[in-house]
Amino acid sequence: MQSRKIRDKIANALKGHDADYVEIRLEESEVTGIVYRGGRLEEVGRTSSLGGNVRALVKGGWGFVSFNHVEELRHHAELAVKQARLVGKEDTKFSRTEPVAEIVAAETRKDPTAVPLASKKQLLDEYNAIILSTPKIQTSNISYHDSQKKVALATSEGTYIEQSRVDLNLRLSAIASGDDTVQQASISMGSRGDFAAIETLHDQVKEIARRAVRLLAAPQARGGEYTVVLNPILAGVFAHEAFGHLSEADHVYENRRLQDLMVLGRRFGRKHLNIVDGAAVPGLRGSYKYDDEGTPGTMTYLIREGVLESRLHSRETAAKMREKPTGNARALNYRFSPIVRMTNTFIEPGATSFEDMLSDIKEGIYAKDWYGGTTSLEMFTFSAGEAYMIRNGKVAELLRPVVLTGNVFTTLRNIDAIGNDLEMNQGGGCGKGGQAPLPVSNGSPHIRIRRCLVGGG
Amino acid sequence: MDEILSRAKKVAGQAEVFQVSSKRTPVNFEANRLKQIQTKESSSTVLRLIKDGRIGFAQVNGFVHPEALVNIALETCQFGMLAKFDFPGPRAYPHIDIFDAQTEEVTIDDMVELGQQLIAAVRQHTPDIVCEATVSKGIASVRMMNSEGGKASYSKSFFDIGLEGVLVQDQDMLFVGDSQSSCHPVHDFKAVAEEVTNQLELAKRNVSVSTKQMPVIFTPRGVASSLIAPLVAAFNGKLVLDGASPLKDKRGEQFFDKRFCLWDDATLPYQVASCPCDDEGMPSQRTTLVDHGVVSQFLYDLQTAALANTQSTGNGSRRGGLPTPSPSSIVIGEGDVYFWDMVRDMRQGLVIDQLMGAEQGNILNGDFSGNVLLGYKVERGEITGRVKNTIVAGNVYEVLSQLEAVGQEARWVGGLLLTPCLYCPSLSVATRSG
Repeated sequence: MQSRKIRDKIANALKGHDADYVEIRLEESEVTGIVYRGGRLEEVGRTSSLGGNVRALVKGGWGFVSFNHVEELRHHAELAVKQARLVGKEDTKFSRTEPVAEIVAAETRKDPTAVPLASKKQLLDEYNAIILSTPKIQTSNISYHDSQKKVALATSEGTYIEQSRVDLNLRLSAIASGDDTVQQASISMGSRGDFAAIETLHDQVKEIARRAVRLLAAPQARGGEYTVVLNPILAGVFAHEAFGHLSEADHVYENRRLQDLMVLGRRFGRKHLNIVDGAAVPGLRGSYKYDDEGTPGTMTYLIREGVLESRLHSRETAAKMREKPTGNARALNYRFSPIVRMTNTFIEPGATSFEDMLSDIKEGIYAKDWYGGTTSLEMFTFSAGEAYMIRNGKVAELLRPVVLTGNVFTTLRNIDAIGNDLEMNQGGGCGKGGQAPLPVSNGSPHIRIRRCLVGGG
Repeated sequence: MDEILSRAKKVAGQAEVFQVSSKRTPVNFEANRLKQIQTKESSSTVLRLIKDGRIGFAQVNGFVHPEALVNIALETCQFGMLAKFDFPGPRAYPHIDIFDAQTEEVTIDDMVELGQQLIAAVRQHTPDIVCEATVSKGIASVRMMNSEGGKASYSKSFFDIGLEGVLVQDQDMLFVGDSQSSCHPVHDFKAVAEEVTNQLELAKRNVSVSTKQMPVIFTPRGVASSLIAPLVAAFNGKLVLDGASPLKDKRGEQFFDKRFCLWDDATLPYQVASCPCDDEGMPSQRTTLVDHGVVSQFLYDLQTAALANTQSTGNGSRRGGLPTPSPSSIVIGEGDVYFWDMVRDMRQGLVIDQLMGAEQGNILNGDFSGNVLLGYKVERGEITGRVKNTIVAGNVYEVLSQLEAVGQEARWVGGLLLTPCLYCPSLSVATRSG
């Protein structure tokens, strides 16, 4: 994409439509992927993309056209407006943002896209060798991807923003196999443009390989309610699933009864609970200067001192709920319309040390790291990659991975201790509305939850 | 395409070009109202080549410079894996009906009306429900050719209709939903509406269960959300080859219940997962995975099959990278017991229609554990209401090795799975006390 030429072309295509709002997004990206399975280097490949979309708003109705043929911009814009017109039957409500013209360069330290393929391969070879040389390990699974992406956004309000970003993601799994059982342990790492973030994982890789083997002999938890302590990584996933998604205003803005449930000022947790989301933190995977509607990224307190303070908005949800846009409209890529998404979501640190948190637990579960998590807004699940029994205030035997579940109206209140050791996890990706994995980060200190429901045999 | 192939042939021993272009028109409803009409066009070109025995790969979405594409693939070649196969030469492909010209002819107005009718039917049953719905039509065209003379092309039409509804009452949320997919246009909203109103009817009242082992009936949607992910992984030839599948040494063994039959079928007419050949140009087929409980076959692409000394099953599928074994339509064979007879047979148990988060544990070992997003309690042979704040846990292989019964009425779920209800004698159920 050559800036000047493209910019003129977009400006031209935006002109003279009978619509309340039109935006054009063009995107150029290049992704490099390296995949290992066991001793085999399975895939080395590169995918480059050039595409875009036009989104138009007429009387509250949307038209959206995505394409790879960027030559016919004007034609695409006309089609989007025509489609919006078929839908629109009411008044458009869409928050204004100040038009801006800005070019935002990618933030990189050790730029992964500049690291030679041979060096990437050598590093992954080292990690793979560590896993495969561990006794009783059956196989490994390594998936590395880095991408550079440049997105140009132009709106009928006069905004023109070009943003570039570099993202990388690495997942390593060690798989052990015994008598009729297969167990695995993984780590997932990500970074916004710094290859150094994944260069020194040797000890952690050794640890997952050993843990996968230990899991072969580990017992399964008994299903039921437990006092659980979550480590910062899993507690971050918990914050994302338990409350983050429910804070996304697109779930509530058209649902009167949900609005009554999610009324600002409602208490969800105790006074020590603060949950924040925001793109306006430098260098994290969910960080950016402007969202995909040209609204500047912000920091938003979802819960302050246990009380619902605000929620995440696009320009449409903000206008319809008469709240301020928060810069959370994001699209996975040019094939999708922006929707309300989280960015970097975390529980603010409290005062309790990890030891104190454990000390009065007679029988409980210490759950660490993640397999995944999902939510239906009211109820959610999150699964731990690593779990231990807690007995008489001490971390005891290793358990097979556990799935935990909760209900937003009770589980947040049951958090009775928040640690002093906030950590952000960069390894996750979020899915919503078929758009996955979107780079986000989650974080938290250790937290303790009373009466958390755990699945088991 | 020809130019890319001829350039690639000059620098590499073997080459293959794969192209797919698609156009999809989704009509989206939000909060019971028409919200957005979309047109999504995309085109991708993929080059795979084999040079000095190693595989190179490059993909371009959008405009293609043939020379640049060849160069990128060449660059990745020096690090690529050793090719154990040759690209397939000319093949005879089965004729499979996957294109209906009528699908493209459905107008936007018709699609809008269909969505509105569906939402109206559901709201007639439950006026306070808030629905999201999508009605979507599309066409995908696939072409491929390789240096060994292999050549294939086909077009597929598809049409989807789906609805998800949420009913909020005080502090309680109920989620219901269903969808239907076909290569034919769907003109009738009734099948989806009926399934959704049936869910609403059964979930009218909330009831509680206790923490213990109890029998469970998985509905077709319950099978899809609980049991399928671990099974699909276990029959992936790649995981079998790596020794990461619990079925790795079970071929020919009676590992599942005698009533359990499972197969993969890319040849079913007008099904959205059907096609005449896979993404490597291998003819589509029906592959028996479990025959009356006996592990029969695994799913393979060309490379994995060669490494495992066997034949490709025509399951090489591209998901943005090199082809990898992946199922088409998964089918579980029907049994002989009606759903309501299973219910009548239970003293106390659970019907699971939607399990949330079940795919996020150690699926390699067949373990599943999830929150019962939609499920019903059975007492003395009758469904008494909806169960929530409940988690179940089990192992696919234990469940499927000892079934109480297999349902008589198979149903499509999401266009990719055709399954009856499965009745399992005992599963661990845990619930919130008070």
